[in-house]
Amino acid sequence: MGILLLITKPLGIYLFQVLDGKNTFLEPVLGPVERFTYRLLRVDPRREQGWKQYTAAMLLFSLVTMVFTYAVLRLQDHLPFHGIIDGLLNKTAITPDLAFNTAASFTTNTNWQAYTGENTMSYFSQMVGLASHNFWSAAVGIAIAAALVRGIARHESGTVGNFWVDLVRIHYYLLLPICIFYAAFLISQGIPQNFKPYDTAQLTEKQTIQVPKTDASNNPVKDTAGNVVLQDQSVETQSIVEGPIASQIAIKMLGTNGGGFVNANAAHPFENPTPLSNFLQMLSIFAIPSALTYYLGRAVKNQKHGWAVWGAMAAIFLVGVITCWKAEADGSPNLYRNGVVQTDGNMEGKEMRFGIFNSALFATITTDASCGAVNSMHDSFTPIGGLVPLFNIQLGEIVFGGVGAGLYGMLIFVILAVFIAGLMVGRTPEYLGKKIQAFEVKMAGLVVLVLTLSILGFAAWAAGANNFGAPDPVTNALTNGTNNNGPHGFSEILYTFSSATGNNGSAFAGIGANTPWYNTTIALATLIGRFFMIVPIMAIAGSLAAKKLVPAGPGSFPVDGWTFIILLIGTVLLIGALNFLPALALGPVVEHFLMYTGKLF
Amino acid sequence: MKSSDLNQRRSADQAPLLQTDRAGVGTPNPGGKDYSILQETLTSILATVVLGLIVSGLYPLVVWGLGQGLFHHKADGSLIVAADGTTVLGSELLGQNFGGKQYFNPRPSAAGAAGYDPTASSGTNLGPTSDKLINGQHKKDAAGKDVTDPSNFDGIKDLVAAYRTANGLKDADAVPADAVTRSGSGMDPHISVANAQLQLPRVARERGKSPDEIRQIVDKYTEGRDLGIFGEPHVNTLLLNLALDGKLPSVAGK
Repeated sequence: MGILLLITKPLGIYLFQVLDGKNTFLEPVLGPVERFTYRLLRVDPRREQGWKQYTAAMLLFSLVTMVFTYAVLRLQDHLPFHGIIDGLLNKTAITPDLAFNTAASFTTNTNWQAYTGENTMSYFSQMVGLASHNFWSAAVGIAIAAALVRGIARHESGTVGNFWVDLVRIHYYLLLPICIFYAAFLISQGIPQNFKPYDTAQLTEKQTIQVPKTDASNNPVKDTAGNVVLQDQSVETQSIVEGPIASQIAIKMLGTNGGGFVNANAAHPFENPTPLSNFLQMLSIFAIPSALTYYLGRAVKNQKHGWAVWGAMAAIFLVGVITCWKAEADGSPNLYRNGVVQTDGNMEGKEMRFGIFNSALFATITTDASCGAVNSMHDSFTPIGGLVPLFNIQLGEIVFGGVGAGLYGMLIFVILAVFIAGLMVGRTPEYLGKKIQAFEVKMAGLVVLVLTLSILGFAAWAAGANNFGAPDPVTNALTNGTNNNGPHGFSEILYTFSSATGNNGSAFAGIGANTPWYNTTIALATLIGRFFMIVPIMAIAGSLAAKKLVPAGPGSFPVDGWTFIILLIGTVLLIGALNFLPALALGPVVEHFLMYTGKLF
Repeated sequence: MKSSDLNQRRSADQAPLLQTDRAGVGTPNPGGKDYSILQETLTSILATVVLGLIVSGLYPLVVWGLGQGLFHHKADGSLIVAADGTTVLGSELLGQNFGGKQYFNPRPSAAGAAGYDPTASSGTNLGPTSDKLINGQHKKDAAGKDVTDPSNFDGIKDLVAAYRTANGLKDADAVPADAVTRSGSGMDPHISVANAQLQLPRVARERGKSPDEIRQIVDKYTEGRDLGIFGEPHVNTLLLNLALDGKLPSVAGK
């Protein structure tokens, strides 16, 4: 936390240089490249766009990149690096529903993954189809935040910046330079970066497993009673996953994307080998979102306001960490009643090298931000430990938040807080010299309502219908797809759509959601969560930019200091609690009490 | 950097390219007459190609060059190669299953049917009120006897009982959590120091060595906290077991 505080100002100043067209120290090297890129893209960098043009450019770019990734995944079996491991699925094309789900989820910075990376995606799909979006969607998020901040900072202006200029500058001056050094450091900790086939290790101790016996035509053999006949199979080797992992992990963290190379994400030793790499990954999730608050203060020439927003975020963050840590350290009575050391806490689904604290901390950070990388399995958390990440997402991931998304999400709450404060004292609400009027409040309300509706609506649909999930392996009947029964199963469904709508991408990962229904609805939820948020926000940006500046008077509500911080936190918690407490009561809350009675499902 | 420096810099940098200071600012129709959706679509496609080549081509190659040049062993997956120079025994970072009494047993694993399968990394994803997690799942035949089946799953209770039996613990003795819970990745090579200490007498007995001899090797493969503050102390079971077998090139000579 202290280190985060230290890097916020310098990185914030640097962001200001990047986003407001100032020359950075990299200008002598990258300036010519930047100008050449504009010529290639046929963009006039001097010409700014109004909010509608800016939004249209953003939507078109998102659409084109999404179609691009869909095509890469569908054509995987014709592209380089396919079938690099014999017998595994990445020889084949991705199914349409999974490709749609994955393309939508990566375009929206969600990185929900209904597939198992290491046996489904080829190196080409990972590197070109997926990792590219980690840059693009992160840059789009930062660009939108910059446009909104410009809208707040300007007055009587018809423009909010140029999307293409923002996109290119964020890539060249911010993401790429940091990622190259960051990725190299991650390799030094043990993350692989190569293009060779999977290695085969000879196991020291051979294992035996039972597999269904098959006849010559590869059909399972059944005995007279209709049961599948099993045979022993000796496992003598271990396939060691390889690939261009480090380059993808660096941007996955810095861009708060969270889409891992392998299924276990940052819990896997190849994605997160050491406690030190773990610490840096956590720091890099928060780095840009935190610096953006400083950028906000600088751009609107009210640095105290930037720090006030930072302070509100930090306060919610700390409460979350402590709650989650305490719950996980207390552990599950179902474990310690059965002879497990109580003080070890809830180690199910956690890595030994991280332990309880770093797992709880990571879980809180990844959901405060819209990252969604996980270094432990949230599904196996205690009910309250799991409630913290779930509620973090439902609050809108505004605690530092995703790159850009966190700041523009939080500014929605700032507008609502200013509006509520205005109502309380009976004056026209003002924010930094701009009157907040019906239009802005309607747009802010729209954002909050659409997100809530998407989360609760889809979750209620899935929980009510009960047969959208993966089929039962024995009977082949469709199930609700949940890996756990009882309230925890409901939590899995609720978490799924919270994560999708919030563009987080982490999961209560037991849920069997790689089915056409889930893939499609989750993809829709990610698109709703991204673009039904961005478009109203851009409308607010355009509206604020055009407004006249009103000189601050005695009735102006100060947007720095403790009153504002407390009011902002209150607004966030109040809206989040009103929207989601009933649903949470049915999931983690009731499970918490049942856990102490010893009831199992 | 002092804030006065920054102000100076800022005023010195008022070049024409500044987005805030551009000619378009403040004009009602900055897009101009030549703005068209077709042009923007073309730019989107061009941007996808140009930025795609950089972030998906150039960038991974630069990282690959740096990694292979500076940290070749790690960039290639931290492989452990046997004394013959060709056989790969594993990766220092990935666990393997060791069920034998002469080995330090790693944590149970949910990755693949045999456990520790890097192509199927996963945890159990079972929550604390899961009956399957606590009591396990055992297929029984008509007479109520356990039968072998791929769907069988050892619960916490089964794992605690097995650990106590294997290491000669009493029924009242608590078992370290890491010994009976599955990790998030299913690839965790590490166990806690307490877990290693409980297994140590058994390994020494099976190998006919004194506990002190074994303890020295355990200490060698115990990793402390990074920089003294991050993470928990842990023992790498793969390196430890290979060292006990004399298969690690660095240890084989001893």
